[in-house]
Amino acid sequence: MNHSSTSNTIQKEWLILFSVWILATISTIVSLFFSEIIKLPVCVLCWYQRIAMYPLVLILPLALFPLDIRVLRYAGILVLFGWVTALFHVLLVGGYIPKNAQPCVQDIPCSETHLNVFGFLNMPMMSLLTFSIMGLLLFFVKNWKNHE
Amino acid sequence: MNKKTLFIGASIIIIVAFIAAVAIFQTDKANQNKNSAVDNINIIERANAPTKGSEDARVTIVEFFDPACETCEVFYPLVNDLIKRYPGKVKVMMRYAPFHEGSDQVVKLLAAANIQGQFWPALDILFTHQQRWTRHHVAQPHSARMLLKDLPMDNEQFIRDISSDKVIQSIIQDVKDGKTLKVRATPQFFVNGKPLINFGYTQLTELVEQAIAEAYKS
Repeated sequence: MNHSSTSNTIQKEWLILFSVWILATISTIVSLFFSEIIKLPVCVLCWYQRIAMYPLVLILPLALFPLDIRVLRYAGILVLFGWVTALFHVLLVGGYIPKNAQPCVQDIPCSETHLNVFGFLNMPMMSLLTFSIMGLLLFFVKNWKNHE
Repeated sequence: MNKKTLFIGASIIIIVAFIAAVAIFQTDKANQNKNSAVDNINIIERANAPTKGSEDARVTIVEFFDPACETCEVFYPLVNDLIKRYPGKVKVMMRYAPFHEGSDQVVKLLAAANIQGQFWPALDILFTHQQRWTRHHVAQPHSARMLLKDLPMDNEQFIRDISSDKVIQSIIQDVKDGKTLKVRATPQFFVNGKPLINFGYTQLTELVEQAIAEAYKS
């Protein structure tokens, strides 16, 4: 009886991993909207963050059906990588890292990447925020798992 | 609610939201383009900006350009070709969009040369020898200036003009209008006020041909 109820009700871990998936999917869609529809140029650092974000959209559902907590290992490292890159990007845009260390230059020929276009000022910050929330959520799942 | 329903429901919501956002954005953009030709015509063209082609031409190509931009260099002969192909019907106006590092100093040289009627010869030289005064996409204003020293200009006046109000104001105006027109990359073309949306030489030719057909209807 008890056993069947766990399979029907939604576990906390499942819900949290599901939220992380929602975040990753929304971020992916939003970033694609900016680059493919609005056609804002994508700089190198944005690409590194995309590399960390996009796989989550595919990996997490595999861990949701059936629930597989081991995905924390694989998702965790991606989130960590994305978070560090986003932090670097935010510091760069904020001017805390000297401009000449900036890898965000003429990747796309003749586009002004360092003039602050509306989207550029805000995108790294949004990315950092998302990766932070995802990191915290994954951390909670890990801790609950350990307490059980 | 069961997990699968939740997952599939969320997926559908996200996909629908995306499709809706794309649809809204595209209708919005289409409407904007319809109106923009009328709204923007005053800021797309600037009096005294360097032009080439017949004064009476009814089709004006406005190009926002950066002398250090490689794509602008590639497009330069193509734009010249358009003027030649439709003699008297097409003229081109150049406006400054110094996006590359150091370019702000180089466009001053061009604007100063323009005062003495030497804009086009100067631009020819800068584009032809672009590799000699740009290094890793950074413009070297000093090298650019050395290349221009053989132009038939009053050198003292040229030096005065480089830092004159007239030159600086014209560049400030171009940069400001470029921002308003959302010029984010160079070259950016406007043909009789209509922006070139899908970038490419064929597309530019089509836009020009369309404008000619409209302007010389009767």
